[in-house]
Amino acid sequence: MIVSRRWLEALLGCALDARETAERLTMQCAAVDAVLPLHQELDGVLVARVLEVRPHPNADRLSLCLVDAGGAEGPIEVVCGAPNVQAGKTYPYAPVGAVLPGGLKLERKKIRGVVSNGMLCSARELGLGLDHEGILELDTTAAPGARFLDAVPVADHQFVLDVNANRPDLLCHKGVARELAAALGAAVKLPAIPGGNPAVVPSFRPVAAAQGVVDGVEVRLEDPEGAPRYMIAVIRGMTVGKSPAWLASRLTAVGQRPINNVVDATNYILHELNQPLHAFDLARLRGPAVVVRRARPMERVVTLDGVERTMTPDMTAICDAERPTIVAGVMGSAESEVSEATTDLVLECAYFQPTRIRRTRRALELSSDSSYRFERGIDLLGMPDALRRAIELIVAVAGGAVREPPLDLWPQPEQPRTVFLRPERVAHLLGVSVARGEIERLLSSVGFVVAPKDERLAVQVPGWRPDVTREVDLIEEVARLRGYDTFPDEWRPFRPSAVPDAPVEHLLARIREQLARAGFYEARTIPLGPADGPESVEVLNPLSAEERYLRTRLLPGLVRRVEHNWSNRNRDVRLFEVGTVFRRGKGQGAMGTGAPEEQVSLAGVLTGARRPPHWTEAAKVPDMDIWDLKQHFELAVGLACQGAAMQVAADGVGWEAVGAGGEIVGRASALESDAPVWAAPLFGFEVRVGLGAPALQQYRPLPATPPVERDVALVLPAGVTAAAVSERFRRAAGPLLERLEVFDEYRGDNIPAGTRSVAWHCSFRDPARTLEQAEVDRLVAAALRVLEDELDVRRRES
Amino acid sequence: MRDLLASLDGLRERLREIPQADERRLQELKTEILGRKAGVLTDILKALPGLAPEARKAAGGAANALKREFETAIDARERELAHAARRIPGVDLTMPGRPQWRGGLHLVTQVVDEICEIFRELGFTRVVGPEAETERYNFFALNFPRDHPALDAQDSFYLGDDVLLRTHTSPVQIRTLETYRPPVRVVIPGQVYRRDPFDPSHSPVFEQLEGLAVDEGLSFVDFKATLSAFARKFFSADTQVRFRPSFFPFTEPSAEMDVQCQICMGSGCPTCKQTGWMEILGSGMVHPAVLENCGVDSERYTGFAWGMGPHRIAMSRHGIPDIRLFFESDVRFLEQFAGLVR
Ligand SMILES: [Zn+2]
Repeated sequence: MIVSRRWLEALLGCALDARETAERLTMQCAAVDAVLPLHQELDGVLVARVLEVRPHPNADRLSLCLVDAGGAEGPIEVVCGAPNVQAGKTYPYAPVGAVLPGGLKLERKKIRGVVSNGMLCSARELGLGLDHEGILELDTTAAPGARFLDAVPVADHQFVLDVNANRPDLLCHKGVARELAAALGAAVKLPAIPGGNPAVVPSFRPVAAAQGVVDGVEVRLEDPEGAPRYMIAVIRGMTVGKSPAWLASRLTAVGQRPINNVVDATNYILHELNQPLHAFDLARLRGPAVVVRRARPMERVVTLDGVERTMTPDMTAICDAERPTIVAGVMGSAESEVSEATTDLVLECAYFQPTRIRRTRRALELSSDSSYRFERGIDLLGMPDALRRAIELIVAVAGGAVREPPLDLWPQPEQPRTVFLRPERVAHLLGVSVARGEIERLLSSVGFVVAPKDERLAVQVPGWRPDVTREVDLIEEVARLRGYDTFPDEWRPFRPSAVPDAPVEHLLARIREQLARAGFYEARTIPLGPADGPESVEVLNPLSAEERYLRTRLLPGLVRRVEHNWSNRNRDVRLFEVGTVFRRGKGQGAMGTGAPEEQVSLAGVLTGARRPPHWTEAAKVPDMDIWDLKQHFELAVGLACQGAAMQVAADGVGWEAVGAGGEIVGRASALESDAPVWAAPLFGFEVRVGLGAPALQQYRPLPATPPVERDVALVLPAGVTAAAVSERFRRAAGPLLERLEVFDEYRGDNIPAGTRSVAWHCSFRDPARTLEQAEVDRLVAAALRVLEDELDVRRRES
Repeated sequence: MRDLLASLDGLRERLREIPQADERRLQELKTEILGRKAGVLTDILKALPGLAPEARKAAGGAANALKREFETAIDARERELAHAARRIPGVDLTMPGRPQWRGGLHLVTQVVDEICEIFRELGFTRVVGPEAETERYNFFALNFPRDHPALDAQDSFYLGDDVLLRTHTSPVQIRTLETYRPPVRVVIPGQVYRRDPFDPSHSPVFEQLEGLAVDEGLSFVDFKATLSAFARKFFSADTQVRFRPSFFPFTEPSAEMDVQCQICMGSGCPTCKQTGWMEILGSGMVHPAVLENCGVDSERYTGFAWGMGPHRIAMSRHGIPDIRLFFESDVRFLEQFAGLVR
C-alpha cells in the first residue's frame, strides 16, 4: 500500500516531514516499510524563460534559443529540437552539470556546430510522464532561475505501508490522514476538486428495496447476501479524454498509470476514500439493466485482462439484461469497459461481502485493487459520500450531467455498531490507569463517537472500522493512540508457573549433549520426503512429488545428508538427529481419524576415519567399522530407551534393541548409499525415544580387597558365540567374578580348522576378604567344565 | 666458639653456589656440606655436644638453621633440574596436539535452549505438543475466523479434511490452557510447517518458539517488562527495544517487538532497511476469546503471548545468508557453530 506525502498534506492542510511521518505511522498504526523520495533527482533543474527563438544555422529541425535562466551572466544560448518551443514561455531547463533521471549528466557541447549551454527538457526526460512530443511548458509564475522543484509540485515521498489485515481503513489517504490528524491535533478535510461543484449531484437517500430504476436503467439486486448495499448513478453526455495534470500527478505519485479521465477519477476515489467504483458504458448495456445475481454454473466472462473466466454460483456477477459484464468486486469485462467513444456512464458504488470476494479471487486466481479492499471490508456507511465525490469529480474532469438522483439499494439497512467500554477495564488490562477524559479524547480523535452510559462508555464505531467489535478492541485503540511506548516496562510480582516442564525435553537435551560429546554433529532434516515405508503418512497437497510423505524414520533423511556431504568432498561425517517421525494413525488418537501417530526418534550415521590423523602415527587411521557402530548404538539405546536389550538382528546383519514388551525399538547396521569410490563404509542406527524413568544410581562401597586376575584363551567351535560363552562362564563362576572381558580373537594356524580362539580377561574379588589363588583357580576350572560340557569349548593349548 | 661461628658464616657464603650448580656439582656440594660421613656442616653438628652449655645453645641454633637453609636450597635446585630434564632436545613443541573428533549441537537447538533458559529465569517452564493438529487447535480455538486467509489450504500442508501440520506452535497454548489452571507461564519450542518452497529466506519447515503467560492481574506492563527483559538478556543489557501495533487473531492489543539492529546498532543499514530496527517477535495480550475457548474466565484472568523464529534470529545474529544451510547439514557448516556448546 503506497500513500503520497503530498496527498496527505492536501487532506491535512499542513506540511509533513517524511521521516517523522513514517515514524509516527509505524508506532501508531501501520509499519512503514520504506520511504521513497519522488523526483528529488530533479534538484538541479531550473525554471527558464525563452526570450528569443531563431533557426539553427546548420539544421532545419533545430532551433537556437536565447534563454533567461536567472544567471548573473545574462541570457544564454541553448539548442532545442522541440517543435513547440516559443519565445515568452517558461520551460524546465537543465544547466550544464545537472544530472537527469537515468543518469545523463549534461555537458557543454556543440550541436551541429553551435554550442548548447544545457537543455530544455520534456516531461519524459524529467521522468514525469511519457510525453516526448515536446518540451514541458510550465504554468508557473516563478521567476527564471527558480528551482524547478520549488515551482512545480512534483517532489514527493511515497510511504510504503504494511497495513495489517484488520485495518482496511488505512488502505486510503483519508484513513492514513485521520491517524496523523489524531496525533497532530489537526483535522482531515477533503480538498476541493479543481473545477468541481458539489451541486451537480442530486441528493439521494437509501431505499430498503432490492430494485429500482435510475435514468432509464433498471437495477435489480437479486443477491443481497453478496452485495448488501448497491448504488448506481447514471452520468450522461461526458467526454472521455486525458486527465488534467493535477489528477494524473496524484495517481503517478502512488504508482498508478493515468489511463483516461473516467478511470483515473474512479482510481482517485479508491485511493482517497477506499471506495472501489466501477464505471461502465451505458451504450453497451443491454436492457439497459444492471442485475446483481449469483453467477450461473459455467457462466463465462472475458475480463479486462483478456482472459475468459468461468464463474460458479459461489460468485456474484454484475450482469446486463442478458449476460455478466463484471465479476463483482474483482474485475470488469473488456466489453463493457469505458472507451473513447463512451458518452453515457453507469457508475457502480457497491459493498460486496468480504468472504465472497475472497473466495472468488482465490477461485479465479485474479486479484485487483478493488478485490483487495472488498475482501478486507470497506466503509458501508461512507458509501454515499464516496459516490457523491466520485460524481462531482467525473463531471469536473469529463463533463456530463446527472439527471436523476443515484439509486441506493439497501434492503436491510444497518445502524452503526455500539460497543461498551468500562474505563476500569482499561486500567486492568493495560496496567496503567488512563483517565476517562483521556480515553474519550483518544477514541474521538479517530472517529469513534463516545457517550457516557451508566458507569460505562457507549462507543459508536465508525463504518470504516469493521475490526472493532468488542471492548478489548477499544482498549487496544486506547493503548496504541496513547502510544505503546508510554507504558512502563517495570517488573511487577508474578506467580511461578503451575505447568511442569515436559519431561521429554529434558531427555532430548541429555541425548543431544551425549551424542555431541561422542563426536556427532546434530542435523535437522526436513520431515517431508519420498515414502519410506508402508505406514508413511501422505500429505494431501505436497509442494512436490519428492516431498509428498512424512518420514516414518530419520535414517533415510540422514543418509541423504551424508550423500550431500560426499558431494562436497566431506569424507568424515558423523551426524545425529532427534525428531518426530509419523506413522499412519489407527484412528483412535486424540484427534480422531486422519491424525498420524507421532513418535520421537533418535538416529545417527557414521562414516570415515575413526579419529583424526596425527603426525605421530605413521599408519593411516582406520575407517570406522561395525564395532564403532555397535559402540554408538549401545550409547544411543542406553540414552533413548532405558532397559532395552541388545541382540544380533534376526537377519544376522547388525543389531536390534528389544523393549520390555519384546518389541523392536531400534536397529543398527551398515547402510546402502550412493557413495563415491573414495568414501568409507557408511553405518547407521535408529532408536525410538521412550520416556523410561532412569533408575536412581545408589552408592556401591568401593572394595578395599585386591582382585585376582586371570586370562583365559578358549577355542570356540563354529556357531558358538562369545555371548553364549560369557553367559555360561558367569553363571558357573558365580558372584565372585567381578569382570569378564574379551580382549582378543584369533583365527588361523595352530587351532583346529573351523574354530577360533577368543581370549577373556577375568577379574575375581570378594569385597569382604582377600581371595586365595587356589580358590580362583577352582572357580575358573568349574567354569571351563561347564563350557566344555555345554558348548564343547576348551582351553586353548599353548 | 668464636671460630665455630666464623666457620658457619663462611659456610653460609657457599649457599650462593647452589642455584648455579648443575646436577653433578649439586651432588658434590650436597656430600661436601651435608654428607652423613664427612659433611662440613655434619661435622660441626657432631661437635656440638662437646661445647659448654651456653656456647652449645648459641652455635646449635645457628648450625641447625643453616642446615635447613642448605636443605631447602638444594631441594629447590634439584626440582628445578628435574623439571629442566623433561625438556626433550630436538622436539618441536609447535607441532599439533593429538586431536579427537568433535561434535556439536545444531545452531537452532542452541538458540532455542538459550532463549528457553532466559525465560526459565523469568519463571517460565518448557512444554511441547504434537506437530499434526486439527483445525480447531491450529486455527479456531485461537480465534481465527472461519474465512481467515491463513486457512487457505494452499498455505498449509493437510493430512486429512481437518488435520494439518501445525502452522505455528500456538496450538500448544490451547492444549496447555485446557490442561492446567493458571498461573500458566510456559515457553513452547517446536517445528512448524508452511507451504512455502525453499528459497534463501523460506523453508517449508522451520522452528518456532512461543510463550504464554496467563494469571490474574497480568497487564500490558507485565508483558512489556517480560519481553524487554528477554531482549536485554539475549542481545545486550543496553539494547533498545520498541513495541508497535500489529495484528494477530489471538492477541488484543497486538504488538510487534523490534530491537535495535544488531548490525548497525541503530544507525541504519541494508539489513534493517535503514530503519535501525530488527523485527524480533509478534506478541500481545491474549485475546479474551482464546481464554473463553479454553474454558478460562476471561474477566478474571488476563495474559500475554508471543512467538518468534529461532532460525531468523540465528540468521540475523550470526550473519547466515540462506536458511537452507540449516537443513543441508554440511559438516563444515555444523562445525562452525559447534564451539558454542556449553
Ligand atoms: Zn541496521
